[in-house]
Amino acid sequence: MSMSHANPVDALKAIFNVSGVNLRVGATQVCHQLNLEIYPGETLAVLGKNGVGKSTLLSCLAGLPRGEMSGEVLLGGKTYGAWGAKAAACWRGWLPQKQQDQFSATVLETVISGRHPHLNRWAWESADDHALALTAIDAVGMTDFVGRDVLTLSGGERQRVAVATILTQQPTLYFMDEPLAHLDLNHQIEILDLVCQKAKRERVSAVMVLHEPGLAYRYCDSALLLFGEGEWLYGSASSVLTADNLSRLYGYPLVQIERPGANGGTQRWFVPA
Amino acid sequence: MAISLSVGSVALPLSEVMSGLLDPTSSSALLIHELRLPRTLAAFACGGLLALAGALMQVLLRNPLADPYILGISGGAGVGALVAIFFGLGVAALNGFAFAGALIAILIVFGLAHGDGSWTQTRLILTGVMVAAGCGALITMILSIAPEERLRGMLFWLMGDFSQGVSPTFAIIGLVLLGILAAPLARDLNVLIRGADTAKSLGVSVGFVRLSVYLLASLATAISVTTAGSVGFVGLVIPHLTRMLVGNDQRVLLPTAMLAGGIFLVLADTLARMLIAPQQLPVGVVTALIGVPVFLYLLNRTRYQ
Repeated sequence: MSMSHANPVDALKAIFNVSGVNLRVGATQVCHQLNLEIYPGETLAVLGKNGVGKSTLLSCLAGLPRGEMSGEVLLGGKTYGAWGAKAAACWRGWLPQKQQDQFSATVLETVISGRHPHLNRWAWESADDHALALTAIDAVGMTDFVGRDVLTLSGGERQRVAVATILTQQPTLYFMDEPLAHLDLNHQIEILDLVCQKAKRERVSAVMVLHEPGLAYRYCDSALLLFGEGEWLYGSASSVLTADNLSRLYGYPLVQIERPGANGGTQRWFVPA
Repeated sequence: MAISLSVGSVALPLSEVMSGLLDPTSSSALLIHELRLPRTLAAFACGGLLALAGALMQVLLRNPLADPYILGISGGAGVGALVAIFFGLGVAALNGFAFAGALIAILIVFGLAHGDGSWTQTRLILTGVMVAAGCGALITMILSIAPEERLRGMLFWLMGDFSQGVSPTFAIIGLVLLGILAAPLARDLNVLIRGADTAKSLGVSVGFVRLSVYLLASLATAISVTTAGSVGFVGLVIPHLTRMLVGNDQRVLLPTAMLAGGIFLVLADTLARMLIAPQQLPVGVVTALIGVPVFLYLLNRTRYQ
């Protein structure tokens, strides 16, 4: 399998720039004058209370407009409009929070739909496309389910199929809305390992909505906290993910516990006081 | 096809069908060329169009139970056709009125559902169902004030009927043209059934594709309804059955469903001519008599899956 990427990126230049973004949905101000940059290989965690607008912001950043948004979002230096739907889809992938299947389809058929933007209008999926899909299915441990109907899968199995689909799309920038939803602990770690190792190895980047600050600290380079009322805090994971900030974020006092992690690093876990 | 040509109130052996088809001077040539061949071709084309429309509507509304008439197109055509019959207009005017009625219904539903730029399935379905209900009321009104001698023609039209000397040209051109126009969208549709946002994130121009699908399905329905009246259940049951056989890849499903729909309606029309020969049933009665039990069976099967 080729490791080369559809969009070779300059490692020193941000591939994603957000400047002066205001986002409002109904009565909720999600963010006010948000600025952030994402570099190749970087992973960013988005955290906040329920209903604060994490998913809405992620959709908007992924070029799927919601609510009233102003400001500039540049993917590889161009707006989504300038890219066009098909070209943008070769750059960025989006993992929705919920999978809404209405029709039967096999796991393989679902996963291989990730190749859609890479194929021209009349092309059928090639043997390479099938191989990519099967590799992704294997990476999420769903090889035994290749021929299964997605309507018969459990929530966690369906979620892993969705991850395989976005892997098959091979984007440069992954937007993942709660990639750990429905997953048990071992699969949570497996998926985060998969995405973050891929980021470091292939210089792709990921923005993930997460609910566990300890996992965000362990796996992400930077973090964006959404406090509500448009207030936000963005910076490196180690500077932003502290007991003080997170206690304020969730409105409940948290205690920070540090323990040594792999490769001489530190893990930071937060438990309710 | 050959059976459909041979069976009828005057039975012709298959050998005579062949000679009639090929030799314009033989005794059965007139019957075949003037009556049975156009009718068989029209039935095939309408079946194909309805199956195509049904398959497309099911993708557009992301609902496997959608059918071509759900958005009020047949209702609009019905009002047009009944008005034409009411005033005793000829076949050409009837077809014109029916097609115009269908187009008006298409525009009303599209205009209202698209009004504020949002274009959700729910909004589309509700608008379509309301337009269909309005047309239903108009149809009932026309039926109740219509003179006795025109009532039978109206009822036959509403049930779907090929006995009124139909011309297959319009439907065949429609079938070929709409089939060709739908083909390049097929893979987009595979992604679109996974949801609008997912489709967009995979590079589908959702607005354009949805509009195209809506127009293709609506036109297919309008053409079929104009040719044969509101033949029910083909558009619902055939895409369903085809999906069970060949899966849900639209690149395979759409052509297979068109073929199957055509064959199904030719068979149904043949039965309609045979069952109480020399009298004829409206073909819509036959498709419904087959379609209803098949559909209920499918519905129950899915519930227990």
